[in-house]
Amino acid sequence: MYTQAMDTMRDEGGDKPALRTAEEAQLQQRFDNRIDAGDFIEAKDWMPENYRKTLLRQISQHAHSEIVGMLPEGNWITRAPTLKRKAILLAKVQDEGGHGLYLYAAAETLGSSRDQMLDALHTGKAKYSSIFNYPTLTWADVGAIGWLVDGAAIMNQVPICRCSFAPYARAMVRICREESFHQRQGFDSLLVMMKQGTDAQRAMVQEAVNRWWWPCLMMFGPPDDQSPNSAQGMRWGIKRVSNDTLRQKFVDAAVQQAEVLGVTFPDPDLRWNEANQHWDYGTIDWSEFWRVVGGDGPCNRERLADRVKAWEDGEWVREAALAHARKSELKEAA
Amino acid sequence: MISSIKIPAAPELTYLLRLADTCLILGQRLGEWCGHAPILEEDIALSNMALDLIGQSRALLTLAGQHSGKCGGEGYDEDQLAFLRDEIDYRNVTLAELPRGDFAFTVLRNLMLSTWLKLMWERLRDSSDAELAAIAGKALKEARYHQQHAADWAVRLGDGTDESRRRSEAALATLWLYTPELFEDDAVDAAATAAGLGPAWSQLHEPWLAEMDEVLGEAKLAVPPAPTFRSTGKRGLHSEHMGYLLAEMQYLQRAYPGGAW
Repeated sequence: MYTQAMDTMRDEGGDKPALRTAEEAQLQQRFDNRIDAGDFIEAKDWMPENYRKTLLRQISQHAHSEIVGMLPEGNWITRAPTLKRKAILLAKVQDEGGHGLYLYAAAETLGSSRDQMLDALHTGKAKYSSIFNYPTLTWADVGAIGWLVDGAAIMNQVPICRCSFAPYARAMVRICREESFHQRQGFDSLLVMMKQGTDAQRAMVQEAVNRWWWPCLMMFGPPDDQSPNSAQGMRWGIKRVSNDTLRQKFVDAAVQQAEVLGVTFPDPDLRWNEANQHWDYGTIDWSEFWRVVGGDGPCNRERLADRVKAWEDGEWVREAALAHARKSELKEAA
Repeated sequence: MISSIKIPAAPELTYLLRLADTCLILGQRLGEWCGHAPILEEDIALSNMALDLIGQSRALLTLAGQHSGKCGGEGYDEDQLAFLRDEIDYRNVTLAELPRGDFAFTVLRNLMLSTWLKLMWERLRDSSDAELAAIAGKALKEARYHQQHAADWAVRLGDGTDESRRRSEAALATLWLYTPELFEDDAVDAAATAAGLGPAWSQLHEPWLAEMDEVLGEAKLAVPPAPTFRSTGKRGLHSEHMGYLLAEMQYLQRAYPGGAW
């Protein structure tokens, strides 16, 4: 899943050259040259403090998105309509957990522990993708998330496979492969309902698409002219393609897929633009986006409460595991 | 609303359904942990075990559906059997359907059932039914991992903190009440043994107790006394929890007649 960290974080002042020594200036120059040459930065390499902080924030928020993202889809595991769909959904949500693991590990190379990152999530200091603050109300939502949310995530994530920070880029290669698989499974699930199902099922699919369409367009973050941090991200090779460019690419692909499915998008302004060879779309309600990012989406409180509850309920288990490990060490030492 | 299917009362079919349903219902319960486990690694592990169990149940239900056709009933597919049977036609052991409880409850139930399933799969590799023997060969590897995972956690929790020990003892005391059902024979076992389909469940008792004894010993947990209570899920008479589990699991198939998924 995608994190919109680059666009919703506070401005940390970019990489202001507040350098004190000649040595640091030299390191900074060498770093800039490597970025310009398209080199990858490894965890042990010198990097500017703001580059490290920005990446740590983005990767940990991306990890949190994977973990919180398990909840809306996990909501349907016990109710999946066939055993095959149950198995596919379990495997998918399990994959999201795996993505969370790689990403926390990638973020740990930047000097923060998983516990610290989780604490930031649980206390509301760290954000996660706001798409997961929308509810999954019907079974068709599971397919719609696969098709549209994962589809948007892939558009966002494929460029991160070329991110200048190598551990993040490597994690993203594997994650993108799995996300593509999820997207096809989501699309397939909707296609079966639309082509072989009943009128009631088709209505369920259309209703789900109506709810997910606009929030998915918001996943790409604010328009380029209102995205002040994007330029720094581009300069550092963390962000490779602008929000609006990715959003347009997503719309163009989704319109064609919707025709195959036989569903429509809830946008009267959606029309082909012969001049620029793209699909024009209507105005996005950014006030909704900022409201959900700010904590007042339909499920913000539930999602965070669920994560906090799982963590607090599990505290005695983690303590027991540590206590047992200490006892075993003592026994071995004796 | 789709009405329920009816299953012929053939002992060999019942033998297969007891195993298939136990896997399915335990998988359903483990799936409830997804997103809610104490640590991310356990979230992934529990989902993975749920996935294995669902896979095992799918293979067994497909086989059972074919048997149903052969013994005078209609042939059914895995989904008809999973989603269109009434509670009384579900044949899982009651132990599998109990609510997931806390992590100690889940771990100790997994220990009991994965040990039992491992012993069962070992024996089913020699089944006269080649398909069942093949399913057992694959499932055995999975059950070994599940048992190892549960045993590791049982030891950590039993020999961890005061709280983990207290919770483990409480879980064990409740779960143990439901274990006699795993080892009592009836006409179904007699028919399965006669046909070479699989072992009578009573044959698993001794090796199961020995393995449980070993793990519980390492976990410093006392084996509870033999219960007088008898659960009867495998005969279709379940706990009150089962109705809710099925209502949740079956509702889409029931509410969208003629649907394609």
